[in-house]
Amino acid sequence: MIPLLLIHLIKIACVIGVMLGIVAYTVLAERKICAWMQDRIGPNRVGPFGLLQPVADGLKFIFKEDVLPHHVNKVYFTLAPMIAMIPALITIAVVPWGSQLVIPSVSHDPIPGVIANLNVGILFVFAISSLGVYGIVLAGWSSNSKYPFLGGIRSSAQMISYEVCLGLSVVPVFMQVGSLNLMKVVEYQAQHTWLGFTQPLSCFIFLVSAFAETNRLPFDLPEAEQELVGGYHTEYSSMKFAMFFLGEYAAMFMASALMATLFFGGWSLPFAPFNAPAQTLTVGLIHIGIFLAKVCGFLFFFIWVRWTIPRFRYDQLMTLGWKIFIPLTLLNILISGVVLAVITK
Amino acid sequence: MYDILFWFFSIAMLVCGLLVIANRNPVASALFLVLLFVFLAGLFVLLEAFFIAAIQVLVYAGAIMVLFLFVIMLLDIKASERRKFRALGVVGGIAVAVAFVWELVIILTRPLKPLATGGDELSGGLEQVVKPLFANYMLPFEVTALLLLVAMIGVVLLSKRELK
Repeated sequence: MIPLLLIHLIKIACVIGVMLGIVAYTVLAERKICAWMQDRIGPNRVGPFGLLQPVADGLKFIFKEDVLPHHVNKVYFTLAPMIAMIPALITIAVVPWGSQLVIPSVSHDPIPGVIANLNVGILFVFAISSLGVYGIVLAGWSSNSKYPFLGGIRSSAQMISYEVCLGLSVVPVFMQVGSLNLMKVVEYQAQHTWLGFTQPLSCFIFLVSAFAETNRLPFDLPEAEQELVGGYHTEYSSMKFAMFFLGEYAAMFMASALMATLFFGGWSLPFAPFNAPAQTLTVGLIHIGIFLAKVCGFLFFFIWVRWTIPRFRYDQLMTLGWKIFIPLTLLNILISGVVLAVITK
Repeated sequence: MYDILFWFFSIAMLVCGLLVIANRNPVASALFLVLLFVFLAGLFVLLEAFFIAAIQVLVYAGAIMVLFLFVIMLLDIKASERRKFRALGVVGGIAVAVAFVWELVIILTRPLKPLATGGDELSGGLEQVVKPLFANYMLPFEVTALLLLVAMIGVVLLSKRELK
């Protein structure tokens, strides 16, 4: 028997390790897929098929000189990349990776496939990820120069606007499930149908807003290279820059995980034995595999869209958020409420 | 463990509160206020009011303070760092503080009733907050919502007036 605390620590270590591993390889995947879409070869020098490229990139970031420009506000300048990186790593704690792991030699009760089974799961995710904007705002402000500042201002407006869309878009999902607990949301989908099919509008708006929240093309206005050099991270170098970079990909991972959990069944597949909590260790591990496969699918989608669609103009972005998405989500909530009331009557 | 965390969050909140008013740099003040909200959410978590804690961080730290910071960043920070104390501000501040302490003393010297405990474990207080709002106090709740809507439309109207 292993004490519960140790099991939790092992779970946390596994989740963070796998997440950062996938994040590192997403960067490689981004370059490979982009090259493939543009009919190039992409990175292929380090290791077989360039598979060791993330290691080389990591070493390069660590050994590069860490330039601290004299005009920056040093405390906030150093703090900003950390704040940008952390939210995605914290919020993954409430996302169920699998149903449960039955290991009798380790613990009597099945080990749940989520670190923190919070009843207000999704609110926790929104609460913590809404703090991520401080990283970008502070980076823009503390850099004390034009382009980072403009990037920071743009970004804070964009992220606040789309947080509203993101929050409102998932309300119908929880109205249908009747719980804010992400574990329950997945179990509901395992028993009934995937919410992506019953709530297509929610799903679509959530997906698009997730692109805006993670600052990905077509909404990467905070760092639009052609207008703002690099936006909020113009003045950053070495590992500090890498942390913004990793933070963006970690947020992307988180958005993909949420898409899979909320709308595409999380760890479940719509047939036995994958539509019920696992009773054996093998099925439990396959559940985790299913979840990760779905997440990787969405990561691929993020990359695919980035190299396909051109950037929006800033006013178009704001119009889309405030004048189209927010009224649509409100309408969606109203319709879902009426339909649910009629069905349950 | 509970006591340690309670004292940690409480003392951290007081320190942050002090730093909010003691800092000359408005950005630093705003950030300490954010930190204060996070610690306050920690206290709510200790009371097993997870819903309130999440909403506290989401609304205050994640939305309102970002807008604050947004405005503060556009100010001339150096000018506000150089600004001198004003006598009226000091007197007014002390008066408000004294009134507040007086109020606290009156409240805290009364016998306290123990708080009603939440329902089942880890329910997070969601139902305890939402049920009364949508059942017992439906009308006041909706009227408040209407008031906020009116205020919002008023703000939009006022800020757009010059454009005509």
